[in-house]
Amino acid sequence: MSGAAAVKHVEVIEEKSRPTAWQLLMNNTLAAIGFYVICAVVVIAVIAPLLPIPNPDATSLAERFLPFGSEGHLLGTDHLGRDVLARLIWGTQISLLVGVSASIIAAFFGSAIGLVSGYAGGRTDNLMMRGIDMLMAFPYILLALAIVAVLGPGLMNALYAISVVNIPFFARNIRGITIGLAHREFVDAARLSGKSHLSIILTEILPNVMPVIVITMSTTVGWMILETAGLSFLGLGAQPPQADLGSMLGEARTQMFTHPFVAVAPGLMVFIIVMSINLLGDGVRDALDPRLRAGALSRPRAVTRIERRNTPTSQPAGEAALSVVELETSFEGTKGPEPAVKGVSFSLNKGECLGLIGESGSGKSVTALSLLGLVASPPGIVTGGRVDIDGDDILSMPETQITSYRGGKVAYVFQDPLTTLHPLFSIGDQVAEAIRVHQPVSQKEARAKAVELFKAVRLPDPEERASAFPHELSGGQRQRVGIAMALANDPEIIIADEPTTALDVTVQAEILRLLQVLREERGLALLFITHDFGVVAQICDKVAVMRYGEIVEAGATEEVLRNPQHDYTKRLIACVPKPGQGRAFLEGVRALLDREARGGA
Amino acid sequence: MEKAIEVTNLVKTFGGKRTLFGGRTHEVQAVKNVTMALEHGETLAIVGESGSGKSTLARMVVGLEAPTSGEMKIAGRAWGDLAAEGARAFGNMIQYVFQDPVASLNPRKTIGQTLDAPLRLLKGYDEAKRKSRMRDLFDAVQMPSDTHQRYPHEFSGGQAQRIAIARALAAEPRIMVLDEPVSALDVSVQAQVLVLLEDLKKEFDLSYLFISHDLAVVESISDRVAVMYFGEVVELGSAEQLFRAPEHEYTERLISSAPRL
Repeated sequence: MSGAAAVKHVEVIEEKSRPTAWQLLMNNTLAAIGFYVICAVVVIAVIAPLLPIPNPDATSLAERFLPFGSEGHLLGTDHLGRDVLARLIWGTQISLLVGVSASIIAAFFGSAIGLVSGYAGGRTDNLMMRGIDMLMAFPYILLALAIVAVLGPGLMNALYAISVVNIPFFARNIRGITIGLAHREFVDAARLSGKSHLSIILTEILPNVMPVIVITMSTTVGWMILETAGLSFLGLGAQPPQADLGSMLGEARTQMFTHPFVAVAPGLMVFIIVMSINLLGDGVRDALDPRLRAGALSRPRAVTRIERRNTPTSQPAGEAALSVVELETSFEGTKGPEPAVKGVSFSLNKGECLGLIGESGSGKSVTALSLLGLVASPPGIVTGGRVDIDGDDILSMPETQITSYRGGKVAYVFQDPLTTLHPLFSIGDQVAEAIRVHQPVSQKEARAKAVELFKAVRLPDPEERASAFPHELSGGQRQRVGIAMALANDPEIIIADEPTTALDVTVQAEILRLLQVLREERGLALLFITHDFGVVAQICDKVAVMRYGEIVEAGATEEVLRNPQHDYTKRLIACVPKPGQGRAFLEGVRALLDREARGGA
Repeated sequence: MEKAIEVTNLVKTFGGKRTLFGGRTHEVQAVKNVTMALEHGETLAIVGESGSGKSTLARMVVGLEAPTSGEMKIAGRAWGDLAAEGARAFGNMIQYVFQDPVASLNPRKTIGQTLDAPLRLLKGYDEAKRKSRMRDLFDAVQMPSDTHQRYPHEFSGGQAQRIAIARALAAEPRIMVLDEPVSALDVSVQAQVLVLLEDLKKEFDLSYLFISHDLAVVESISDRVAVMYFGEVVELGSAEQLFRAPEHEYTERLISSAPRL
């Protein structure tokens, strides 16, 4: 129970340290400027009736074309002697109103179509999307013109036209997201909870789609205001004498060359509104997008930041191919760096296999990635320790030298090769590229070597398969390619991070056999990261058990499995069901849990 | 006693539809002519590797997928009748626990809101009763009672799976389909969840259809085992006998491939 409490505690801290969407928005200077400008514009437009400005429609032919700064007419007058400032403020009010309502209408209908179409799929989806395609096939301004031509000119009709024209944009966006959500497990679960389709769309899917709708709206409002202005400019929107930014521009057009200042004010206003809305919209998008919020898109550095507080000087003893001393890797937190790997030491000899075993969050993967500075930085920092490969301290090398080790002397094999292989290049080309990064050979030679490697990893039909793409291979074959790529430059050390976890048992057995054979053939040192004691027992000579960033027990595999010393190791081993044990396993676990509960209380 | 689930000559084919220009799309037979039965109060495990059709079979049983042909009876009632009545008819009798517990909880709803749906829609309880039931359910899966006001991301995988089990139990089903319920969990958590499932089965008189690729896990919890291979059941027998003396060549290969301590 104390473990659970600790987990919760950590969650609470994280929750607080993560900035809210509002804070993120305000941290973005441009978005903040956009926000304040548009707020000012909106406030002025809203309080227009209270402002001491003349009637915007009052004509006075005697006062035509007064310049800027005339008495009583700060921004001058137009061709009918109407006050430009007053018309500008009232016009802004109307333009904003039309733009915002159009985007709300478009968002409502577009999202509804997108949700239904994405959720229903099949024929409904096809029918609705072809309809949307037809709308999109017309250039938007033509379509808007056609709609206004049918309905007749007028502000309301322009609003309808602009809404209709923008529905496809929302529908397509929302449909895409909905399709991804409709097959998620929580939707199936909701169906089994007795929810109807309508209630699933409204209460399960909509909340997940809402941020996207808001983002899409915030980025389209500016565009819609421009379109309203465009229609009014053509005389199809606001009708005289009503003022609106577009119609003001349209009326000023005829006097463009004699009295240019009349067009300047509405032109600038449109610019200010659209610019500030777009800046704000971009800010909103950045703040609401969870990937951006987590900082995932900030580009990590080539090598993890290294700020070692202690650098052990002791030279590793003996023939170790890889030796790690007191390695400490931390992640930046609100209260300074928090260590995820706390002083881990181990060594790996040539031709040896060391298993690093632990449960999720034990720091085993971070340890593996730290060895060649592959932990994403920020937020990762190597805060201490020493990593020696063939007696050279890696962490004190310059960046370029560290990167030259990657895929050269030390190679990694990851859990799912589908995510590490590039989907658009053939596997032969990818392995050839890996070879050419480290060796000065021609494309042809590299390709030939790639085929040889495929042979070495027992990929069936290596010549033909070399031109296959990753998705054409099965999971086991892809992992063979991953291993071939790791072997590309005759590494001395292979670091395999859960290489068989995503595979079926029969395939896993084959891959483990392959790794074993390659290790013997090539004298490789293998660092094998896993959560599975069975796998460790099968291929590792030594094992180190990790928990909370520390190695709690290490030793020869046989020894540790047969006679575990640390309580945690004992517990882990007890929790692995063994073939042939049958129902006795659960009895054993029950006894263990009871003992712990009593011990804990 | 009537059988919890009875499946006869069940077939499920994906694709194979006629396209606009007269051709046919690629056809895959996910489940080929499967016949099996889950006895009342029993745990029947379905073992197989990815692509063997075990999840498709499970999804059909709970009504999330329609069979191409064949018959199914859930607690004595014909599948077609239940399907005609809609998702609620299934939900009342049979519930499903998914492999990835976090993905099976809506990230934007509190646990309370998620658990409320089956209690309200399937059981029709009033608010007071729903509250007290929710407390009982959290007790049953050993979660603290303030769980209901939290969001899924605040829980670890093991806790989320307990919550998912509580959600399935909320419908008071007779039968539970457990689709790799412990595969995504750490070993020590896996063991705890297995013990929990075993206890709940006794407490609520449930029958389990337990889908897994992990033979050792299956052996520890099931009474009978069905081995699926490319959509077919190649072997079906009592757990003990099947693991001691596998008859089919594929079963043998599965057992010998499993890593041993």
